[in-house]
Amino acid sequence: MSGPSGLSLRARGVIAGSAAALLAVVAVGYAVSARPGPSAPTGSSVVADATARDGGPRIQVLSNGVLSSVSLQDPGGPRNLTSQRCDRAFAAGDTIGCLRPVNPLGATRLVVLDRALRERRSIPLTGFPNRLRVSASGRMVAWTLFIDGHSYSSSGGGFSTRAGILDTRTGTLTESVEGFAATVNGRPYQAADMNVWGVTFADDDNRFYATMSSGGHRYLIEGDFAARTFKTVTDGVECPSLSPDGTRIAFKAAVGGDPARGWRLSVLDLATRATVALAESRSVDDQAIWLNEHTVAYGLQRSDGTNDVWAVPADGTGGPRRLVSGANSPSVDDPGL
Amino acid sequence: MYLSTISRPKPAAGPGETGRRRRGAVSANVFALGTVSMVTDISSEMVTAILPLYLIIGLQLSPAAYGAVDGAYTGATVLLGLVGGYLADRVRRRKAVAGVGYGLSAVAKLGFLAAGGSVAAIGLAVTADRAGKGLRSAPRDALITLSTPPAQLGRAFGVHRTMDGVGAFIGPLVALAVLAVAGQQYDAVFVTSFCVAAFGVLILVLFVRDHRGPVPQAGSLSPRQAAGLLRIAGVRRAMIAAALLGLATIGDGFVYLLLRHRENMADVWFPLLAVGTSLSYLLLATPMGALADRVGRLPVTLGGYGALILVYLMLLGPVGGWPLVVAVLVLYGIFYAATNGVLMALAAPLMPERLRTTGLALVQTCQAVAYVGSSVFFGAAWQFWGPTAACVFAVLAGGVAIVATAILLFGINRPTATVEATS
Repeated sequence: MSGPSGLSLRARGVIAGSAAALLAVVAVGYAVSARPGPSAPTGSSVVADATARDGGPRIQVLSNGVLSSVSLQDPGGPRNLTSQRCDRAFAAGDTIGCLRPVNPLGATRLVVLDRALRERRSIPLTGFPNRLRVSASGRMVAWTLFIDGHSYSSSGGGFSTRAGILDTRTGTLTESVEGFAATVNGRPYQAADMNVWGVTFADDDNRFYATMSSGGHRYLIEGDFAARTFKTVTDGVECPSLSPDGTRIAFKAAVGGDPARGWRLSVLDLATRATVALAESRSVDDQAIWLNEHTVAYGLQRSDGTNDVWAVPADGTGGPRRLVSGANSPSVDDPGL
Repeated sequence: MYLSTISRPKPAAGPGETGRRRRGAVSANVFALGTVSMVTDISSEMVTAILPLYLIIGLQLSPAAYGAVDGAYTGATVLLGLVGGYLADRVRRRKAVAGVGYGLSAVAKLGFLAAGGSVAAIGLAVTADRAGKGLRSAPRDALITLSTPPAQLGRAFGVHRTMDGVGAFIGPLVALAVLAVAGQQYDAVFVTSFCVAAFGVLILVLFVRDHRGPVPQAGSLSPRQAAGLLRIAGVRRAMIAAALLGLATIGDGFVYLLLRHRENMADVWFPLLAVGTSLSYLLLATPMGALADRVGRLPVTLGGYGALILVYLMLLGPVGGWPLVVAVLVLYGIFYAATNGVLMALAAPLMPERLRTTGLALVQTCQAVAYVGSSVFFGAAWQFWGPTAACVFAVLAGGVAIVATAILLFGINRPTATVEATS
């Protein structure tokens, strides 16, 4: 019997079989050759302490996904690399937090390390790493994950976020802040479309700020971890970062209230509610950090996909300067030093 | 399991051939098309599974940029489906047009590789992939109808959709395996996905028969004649029914989010919801198709809507815990199984054979456009009135769709029914 192509079934079977074998060889061969060698530096050549203090305060960053650090005084200087790989990292107090994707279906791991990079705790999570914070004392760790709406046929970019908090001292784990009792504009609030992201801690290791979106608003919320509550403070504030003295919040504000138009880095004074737009005019999609009381730093992506860490004065004056090239996810040990 | 039917000389089995022992059999051509779909879906779901991670972690795109890539050019793709349908009818080469569609999607996998970190280039690759899907769907479904006696259309579509579902089910698993072998290098997934897709195209070329039929009189079909499809009452009704089906569908993401919210389930379980639905869909697609052939396609389609309404009601209702999760996933799978292929089986006999591909593309387009509209509306309703109100809207939309479809398609649901009078 001859088939669609005029060939016998047997001939077609032979062609299909050989093609399958050939394509399998190509695919497997490529996969095996793509396997990366031991590129991540390991062994004794590595300075294991990412935040060696001999030269003063350091900035911890991720260099191409590798946990590393540079001197705050000389950020262009030599970079200490570790053997730790993270997608987001943050160091404060005696704690280093590290979020690592485990597989492409959204399994992620939060690894809590001490200064010597020893693993203290490892927590399996679901979602894609987005934000990570450690409170100044090193006790509290908070993260934000994107949870995919699954399948790229569901249009509209239906991402939702989840923010969780770990108290490393008591071991108390809150997988989602959304479960806390919410108060919006003074009234108890419940909504299924609630998303929380971008936690930042106050000095008491209990109060925190974050963004909560619902019904088209992006509220700044103030939370109480022990009481499991949060309330809205103001609107239009995303990815807050509390200043070392606890009086101001650096954040990103959607341009014209529309995130599709990008974000402007700004600072809000909590007492007066006055807001000042910073001198960085490019769209910043990051949760800024405070280098000290006068300067904030943030990651910014170049058009080729490389990230740099930039710094800009926190009062709207001056202009942005590049702090660390080819790095993202910055944190600084001891703001104010 | 269908190997014996592959070597059957006649692709289209006559009604007399289906004895008791052949109950599960479909024509060799449908089996070949199903195999192509299965292989292709392994390939495309491999990429779908890793794309969020690749874009967000690999390329460090913000969710906003991901959303832009994700939603890229959906409208253009829908239009291309119509073009593909019309082209396939006009040149009488449905296999060739479907092949171009499958080929385009295969090449798009290499496009991801070539795009590197460029968001624009990745958007282009996503577009090419979707354009390929748009091009091939209607010609493929038309070939299924032309390879199957009208009385067995439901089963043929059911078997095809089951094979399709199997591919979608194992695609993500293959992607995980490739990543494990390749030490988490995404480009290996794109290369493997291309190889799998290329194999699918080869199976199409080697094993799928075209049904060219008689050459259309005086050369080719004009767009005006294609537009004449709209004058066939049955076609119009099928299009309206498909649009209603789309409007009553709020989208998987919403259903799973509601479920997770109700159950406050650990995030680790969340991805398994989609797995549960596709498992129930692929297991039920063939039995539902066979049932449609026996009791009629309209009752089965309406039953599918009924299952959908039950899903919405259960999300509103008092039952909770694992019974709720299992019931929702099974019912949601029943909804897909009872409507996806069955709707095509219901609509196909209403189309004149020479314009069947165009007609099926019209029906698919109506459904797709209405679905986009309904998910936007449902998202807004959720935002402004809350999830309960949005769910009530969905129940109402489903109810209207059932009643309207019953009225629209009553009397033309019998498998043997042919084209209604042209007005």
